[in-house]
Amino acid sequence: MTSSSQRRIDVAGLVIALVLLALAGLVWWDMSKLQILSPYDLGPKVMPIVVSGGLTLLAIGNAIGAFRGDLPARDTLDWKPIILILGALACLIVLIRFGGGFMIGTALLFAATSTAFGRRAFVTDFIIGAVIAVFVYVLFAKLLTLSLPAGPLERLF
Amino acid sequence: MEAFVSLAGGLAVAIQPANLLFALIGVLLGTAVGVLPGIGPALTVALLLPITFKLDPAGSIIMFAGIYYGGMYGGSTTAILINTPGESASMATALEGNQMAKAGRGGPALATSAIGSFVAGTIATLGLTFLAPYLVDIAVSFGPEDYFALMVVAFVTVSATFGDSPVRGLTSLFIGLMLGLVGIDILSGQSRLSFGVPELYDNIEVTTLAVGLFAVGEALYVASRRHVHEEKLEAVRGSLWMTKEDWKRSWKPWLRGTMFGFPIGALPAGGAEIPTFLSYSTEKRLTKYPEEFGRGAIEGVAGPEAANNAAAAGTLVPLLTLGLPTSATAAMLLAGFQQYGLNPGPLLFADQPKLVWGLIASLFIANTMLLVLNLPLVGLWVRLLAIPQPWLYAGILVFATMGTIAANPSPVELIMLAVFGVLGFLMRRFDFPIAPVVVGLILGPIAESQLRRALSISLGDPMVLLQSPISATLLTIALIALILPFFLKGLGRFRAVED
Repeated sequence: MTSSSQRRIDVAGLVIALVLLALAGLVWWDMSKLQILSPYDLGPKVMPIVVSGGLTLLAIGNAIGAFRGDLPARDTLDWKPIILILGALACLIVLIRFGGGFMIGTALLFAATSTAFGRRAFVTDFIIGAVIAVFVYVLFAKLLTLSLPAGPLERLF
Repeated sequence: MEAFVSLAGGLAVAIQPANLLFALIGVLLGTAVGVLPGIGPALTVALLLPITFKLDPAGSIIMFAGIYYGGMYGGSTTAILINTPGESASMATALEGNQMAKAGRGGPALATSAIGSFVAGTIATLGLTFLAPYLVDIAVSFGPEDYFALMVVAFVTVSATFGDSPVRGLTSLFIGLMLGLVGIDILSGQSRLSFGVPELYDNIEVTTLAVGLFAVGEALYVASRRHVHEEKLEAVRGSLWMTKEDWKRSWKPWLRGTMFGFPIGALPAGGAEIPTFLSYSTEKRLTKYPEEFGRGAIEGVAGPEAANNAAAAGTLVPLLTLGLPTSATAAMLLAGFQQYGLNPGPLLFADQPKLVWGLIASLFIANTMLLVLNLPLVGLWVRLLAIPQPWLYAGILVFATMGTIAANPSPVELIMLAVFGVLGFLMRRFDFPIAPVVVGLILGPIAESQLRRALSISLGDPMVLLQSPISATLLTIALIALILPFFLKGLGRFRAVED
């Protein structure tokens, strides 16, 4: 069904197949450590066995697809915005982990995402992000009484 | 007539002032969030879930009904005005609706979709009202093996039968099933796939997964290919109202769309894509103006929109009566129920009749509110659409992360969100469907507990699955649904036909 020029092995497809195989192995390994409490059935092992087996079959299926070059066409990729957004998410996580609260991190996430989408006004966007963070904090913490991780800034409210 | 009595009881719950207010807030929030480009109904529900944490179950679930319908309505507005269908079920709407908007007929396109959604939603909710008690009676006689078989049918149809590629669909499903294993196994008290991380012991939150896959994944994907693809907002020009001619051309497609949407949505196979595309191609065949199709035919908006809404109401039939979610949105609704320890299914109708019927009655109310509110407010929604893309996605990410930590204040939860975001990005890039992951995560553990219950009753004999006639039939159906797409390539490929 594909012409010979398209019959190229898709490396990304092969990687996907390998990852699925690794996941199948992980599930199997994890399953092997479980204990069966009932003498009659496999208990907690049933589902991991099914999932591991399924993932193995699907790894094979994906590998066949990759060898046949069946994967859908992909556009070129711009990595910079992805790194920017994920980097900001990482900063937010680190800030929260070490008690910096979430407001600075959230403002940073807002500004970084906005930059990733092509805006060139980091400081303005940082301030907008901070305002939104305060607004959401008040909405969540005060109105809905949900707990958000607090740092020095949050304790001011 | 038992259904009428129950519905009347539900109405009594739904028209309490507090509940009316919840429905109104739900409808407004649902539309406001759903109208944002790139946010489909499933993500709308997921993002707004934390807001309902502190409400009582009835109020929260009524608000959900409003969010669900509001999100659907908002999604079609986006499809018409910027041609970005938030979900595959609005693709047909985007096809003709955006052409209408470009031709300066955005108003009538929005109107026919709003009124069509109302008509379809109302008829389909009536269908739900009358069908639900029968299904509940049937469901009561189901044993655990039958339930398990039913879920297998849902798994197969959701992932393999109607997608582009059964292998990719099943891959998504099994990733979801794998994520469903994470945490402490309730029956044996042992932890699975948790690697000693305490946050993983109590399972992966469905909302974290959905928000990660849909919101973060979408943001990463759109950002990565901004240089390839630019969105354009069509202004609503001219009259908002439909002419007499528009009405004449719309009412039959509305009804036909409902006829497609409700039955297919109500099957435990689910999905709204098939009925919308069936409706689209039917209208294309029946129309007196075939030359307008592809250039903004009102029938092509009216029919699919009605089908979409009817299917959405239809999806509630298996969800409420069997506890079976057949779409990502339905899976999110199920998560909403579960946060109160409520498990949809026949027992819920017996234990919590007020809540279930209150919800169904609220669907009627939400539907009416949408009709009354949305046409006059369309100017406001359009302004929301005009939010610059950088701020829009930045805002979505901020709200997504805050909702996630509000639900579970731990950095680990955010790490999971980021990981699922990357997963969602990769799945978009390599064209893996997303809904099966969400359905797998939420339905997998339920299917597992039914399977284990069946096996422990049969003392471990797997033949129990084939000895029950119901289960054997369902498993046969599942097998056929699994094998069929490999032979009939292109069963679900309406897309290719319509392009």
